Amino acid sequence: EASDFCLYWKWRHLYVPRNYDPTLHPFEVPREYTRALNATKLERVFAKPFVASLDGHRDGISCITKHAKSLSTIISGACDGEVKVWNLPRQECLRTVQAHEGFVRGICSRFCGTSFFTVGDDKTIKQWNWEAPGYGVREEPINTILGKAVFTGIDHHQREGTFVTCGQTVDIWDEQRSSPIRSFSWGVDSFSCVRYNPVETELLASCASDRSVVLYDTRESAPLRKVIMQLRSNTLCWNPMEAYYFTCANEDYNLYTYDIRHLDVPVTVHMDHVSAVLDVDYSPTGREFVSASFDKTIRIFPKDKGHSREVYHTKRMQHVICVRWSADNKYVLSGSDEMNIRLWKANASEKLGLLSAREKAATHYNKKLIEKFQHHPQVRRIARHRHLPGDILKQKRELREMREAQRRKEQNVRKHSKPGSVPLLTEKEKHVVAVVE
Amino acid sequence: MAPDEEELSINEQAISASEDEGSDDERKHKKLLEAIGSMGGRKRKKQNERSEASVQVSEYFVNAEGTGDKVNLSDLLGTVEKTSGASNKTKKQLRNLQSSKETLELPLNKQQTEKIQRGIAYEKTTAEVSCWKNIILQNQKAEQMVFPLNQESSGPKRVEQVVAGWKVQTPLEQEIFRLLHGSRQPVNDPVLTPVEEQSLKAMSLEEAKIRRAELQKARALQSYYEAKAKREKKIKSKKYHKVQNKAKRKDFLKQFDEMVKTNPEGALEELKKMELSRMEERMSLKHQNSGKWAKSKAIMAKYDDSARKAMQEQLQMNKDLTQKMVVPSDDEHESIEEGLETVPDFVNDPETVIDPVNPWMRGQLTHEEPEVSCVTAEEVQTAEEENEEEEIIGEFERKRKLRQADEEDLIPTEEEQPASEVVEEDVVEVSDKEEEDEDEEEDVSEFNTLFRLMRSEKTREGSNQTRGGLNTAGEEDEEGLLSEGQIRVRSIEDLEVLDEVVEPRAIEEPSAPQTAAAEATSEPPHKKKREINLKEVLTKEAKAVRLPFLPTVVDEEERDEQISIIKEAFAGDDVISDFIKDKSRQEAAGRPAVVDLTLPGWGEWGGVGLKPPRWKRKRFRIKTAPPPPRQDQKLPDVIISEKRTASVASHQVSQLPFPFQNTAQFESSIRTPIGSTWNTQTVVKNMTKPKVVTKLGAIIEPMVKEDFIKSKTTAAGGKGAAIMLGENRRAKEGTKRSAEKHRGRRSQKRKK
Repeated sequence: EASDFCLYWKWRHLYVPRNYDPTLHPFEVPREYTRALNATKLERVFAKPFVASLDGHRDGISCITKHAKSLSTIISGACDGEVKVWNLPRQECLRTVQAHEGFVRGICSRFCGTSFFTVGDDKTIKQWNWEAPGYGVREEPINTILGKAVFTGIDHHQREGTFVTCGQTVDIWDEQRSSPIRSFSWGVDSFSCVRYNPVETELLASCASDRSVVLYDTRESAPLRKVIMQLRSNTLCWNPMEAYYFTCANEDYNLYTYDIRHLDVPVTVHMDHVSAVLDVDYSPTGREFVSASFDKTIRIFPKDKGHSREVYHTKRMQHVICVRWSADNKYVLSGSDEMNIRLWKANASEKLGLLSAREKAATHYNKKLIEKFQHHPQVRRIARHRHLPGDILKQKRELREMREAQRRKEQNVRKHSKPGSVPLLTEKEKHVVAVVE
Repeated sequence: MAPDEEELSINEQAISASEDEGSDDERKHKKLLEAIGSMGGRKRKKQNERSEASVQVSEYFVNAEGTGDKVNLSDLLGTVEKTSGASNKTKKQLRNLQSSKETLELPLNKQQTEKIQRGIAYEKTTAEVSCWKNIILQNQKAEQMVFPLNQESSGPKRVEQVVAGWKVQTPLEQEIFRLLHGSRQPVNDPVLTPVEEQSLKAMSLEEAKIRRAELQKARALQSYYEAKAKREKKIKSKKYHKVQNKAKRKDFLKQFDEMVKTNPEGALEELKKMELSRMEERMSLKHQNSGKWAKSKAIMAKYDDSARKAMQEQLQMNKDLTQKMVVPSDDEHESIEEGLETVPDFVNDPETVIDPVNPWMRGQLTHEEPEVSCVTAEEVQTAEEENEEEEIIGEFERKRKLRQADEEDLIPTEEEQPASEVVEEDVVEVSDKEEEDEDEEEDVSEFNTLFRLMRSEKTREGSNQTRGGLNTAGEEDEEGLLSEGQIRVRSIEDLEVLDEVVEPRAIEEPSAPQTAAAEATSEPPHKKKREINLKEVLTKEAKAVRLPFLPTVVDEEERDEQISIIKEAFAGDDVISDFIKDKSRQEAAGRPAVVDLTLPGWGEWGGVGLKPPRWKRKRFRIKTAPPPPRQDQKLPDVIISEKRTASVASHQVSQLPFPFQNTAQFESSIRTPIGSTWNTQTVVKNMTKPKVVTKLGAIIEPMVKEDFIKSKTTAAGGKGAAIMLGENRRAKEGTKRSAEKHRGRRSQKRKK
């Protein structure tokens, strides 16, 4: 790469030879510490994550999907059955379709980016063209499939013309056919979410109403396995870079990352929300994920950390129902109850747009400095500080007290019972009820 | 079914009987039958009837004698008993089967079968998914990941790549194009030759990267080699060439000896070559002293020793060459020399041996023989690969450390230094003894590695010792937590405010353990009262009497004596007031002084006797934050040293952070600067490399299995088959096609 060469021949005449003798540049640690502290402060000062708000829907947003091939286009479905196509850089609605009667429950884009599918409360699956119809032409779906029951979610295969819906059963459909080519059910009456694995493209996972997460392989005749948790999972998302990890958003305010090879204990429990988590989406790099919660906040978690690195909220944002991470790893989109879609930066203090080489070098250096001095109390304190609205803080405090009380009670029970009869359970082990084969 | 069948049989009999009689009877009979049938109440299915005798008898209406009887095993397999071919064993088994009255077991119920199916399917998928393990681990450990994953290399592209869509139009262009591409020769030094490209296509991405790097290396080496050969060829000195030739001949002889043992066929070929050269020598007059030069020398030979020597040498050469011995010829050397200029074949060859550990070792262009032990070779290479810059930096690092060691001599943690230095010397001696003849670089590298080993051991020991005292940060969760509050940060001033808000809590922590002691003394909280109390408590008598200096067994008289002695000894000095003074002095020293920055005469009149105005003094006197309360604040008879300055302490790390094993590690990580003030640009660039790099405006697709995990067929092919040349593949396809053709012909023949 051209930028890897530090000394351009063109600038040779400007190059000042430098003596790096350490005796000439003393106090390296204090100087770097000061720089780190300043960098941390600046990072917090420049942390302005909110980019834009897209308004136009007339009811709460129920689902958002990215275009498969274009970064600037998204679609959103609302609770009144309206679907809108948005242009992000211009922040305007390109097209409005009254797709369903009742909720739009799910939208997914075809992998080639030519059409998209919607499912709704009117028991239909509709396929729409991404291209808007010409002037004066009525807005009509390419294809409509009438189902027997309400569909609650849909997802499309990564490379083939098949898609999956969930409702009373998990159905796999061929695009060319009007009846499912396969349907899975396992003693559950309804599913809330189903997702294809983007890497191992034949794998599926769904969240069911019996508090379970069920795994499927489309090549097999029966589901693979299910794990039943203490409370219901609302949605789940596969890691796009690590084939066997997925994260599910649970009603018990936590998110759980599972390794499908060892379902009995989640790999990580992500806790910070103070209300049910409604949606989760991985960053395309697979390093982080974003979660939307009923507590009116969005949080960004590193995939292997138990606590969030970032929390976003605004005064007017109500219960966040859906959230998506943009395909270039730069933005986060959230759709909430109060009819707005909000665009956030994934990295709150990042400068947008092209950076000059010097700017880039400076940001890299600052980042590294903060990382180097992250354990120093002043740096840590400033870097960790986030503003939270009062009611959420209050809830948080309450929750902490509750947890503490539970812990105390458990301790007391253990103290007064036969040794070994009340086992010590870790936080990870607590939430899984059973793994059913 | 049984009544139906009976019916049928009756029918049949009736039919067969009626056939002989007249048709009237038949009709009557039919009616009768119908009447009987209708009596039953339910309608019977109408059966097909065979009313005429015909050749084709439907198999469905053939009646056997024993209809309705149960079929026994013996009925079916009765003949087996009689046939001689069946073995006794089967017969026995059959008999047993017949005699046993047990029923078969029920098949598993649906739930259980499904469970088993699910179990099998799950195992299968987990096994399949586990193939990602290595890739995932690798990505997690990677220092830098660049997204999107399968990016085309940025930077300038070649003309061929850019104008892929260009088409030849004029006849001249067509002619040229045909000439150029007909030969399949690279036109203008392409990135990869067609053969290379094809072989690259057969590989996965990772492998391709390694392979490409290797090819680059090979090409670089080749160019060096060529340059060297050219340079050597340009040297005019005959003596030089003579020496070279001699050396080569010697080498060749040595090799030939080995060749005889290892590769007799090759040796034979060499022998043939030598024979040829001998013949040529015998044919020519080259070394027979018959040339112009020889004649002139012959004249001089009488007087000149050297000329005589030269002539003799020539004759000797002739003798050597014409001898029927295993001796290399001149031509041989020439051919070798020519070989230097040509490209070694294996540069463009597909790779045959894969050494996953070190791809660089595959190229054999280096002068060293492959038999040389690989460990030393690697070390030498690594030593050579360290560029100057890193050396310089290393030097600086050493300097810096030395300087710091000088400065911090008093600090006990640095006591390890002299010990390690001793070790260094030892190591140097050892290495000297072992390998004196090797080059310096190797020595240095060896020494470095050993030294590093020793250091690491030392530090490990140190860590073991220190671990007892240190409490590693047990609260990782605490670190991960965001500290969420209601303060909004809008400017740097807000951050300062934030400091002040949070600080007191941090300060209070160290004084916490003292609370017990404080309670024991039960001091009232107010400051003024405490002072008064202090004086009350610290009276001379109280102190002197209650101190249990000696064991209580001592007699009272003796004790009195002791006390009197002590009193005499310390008659002059007032210990307690001294102590109080001392403590107050220390307290005062601990309090931060007010810094006065007023400049008299700045912005107003100055001179003798003029004081700066009050507002100015007020403004420029800077008060620093008060230190946390002293630990001995509530302990009147104790002075606890507080050399640790509080203002700095709030900036210091109190606990060893998680990934570090000991304080030395952590300190060293902090001590190495990463800024460009202390490091060269490339080093800074490397050190500040971000972990994740994304391309602006590019869609990051999820991983694609085909790019990362090869299909099982190629993996099973082993080392040789992993990379398949295009030509080979084509050949294989050719064979397939021909086989198909053959099959086709055969089938056609069959059809005929």
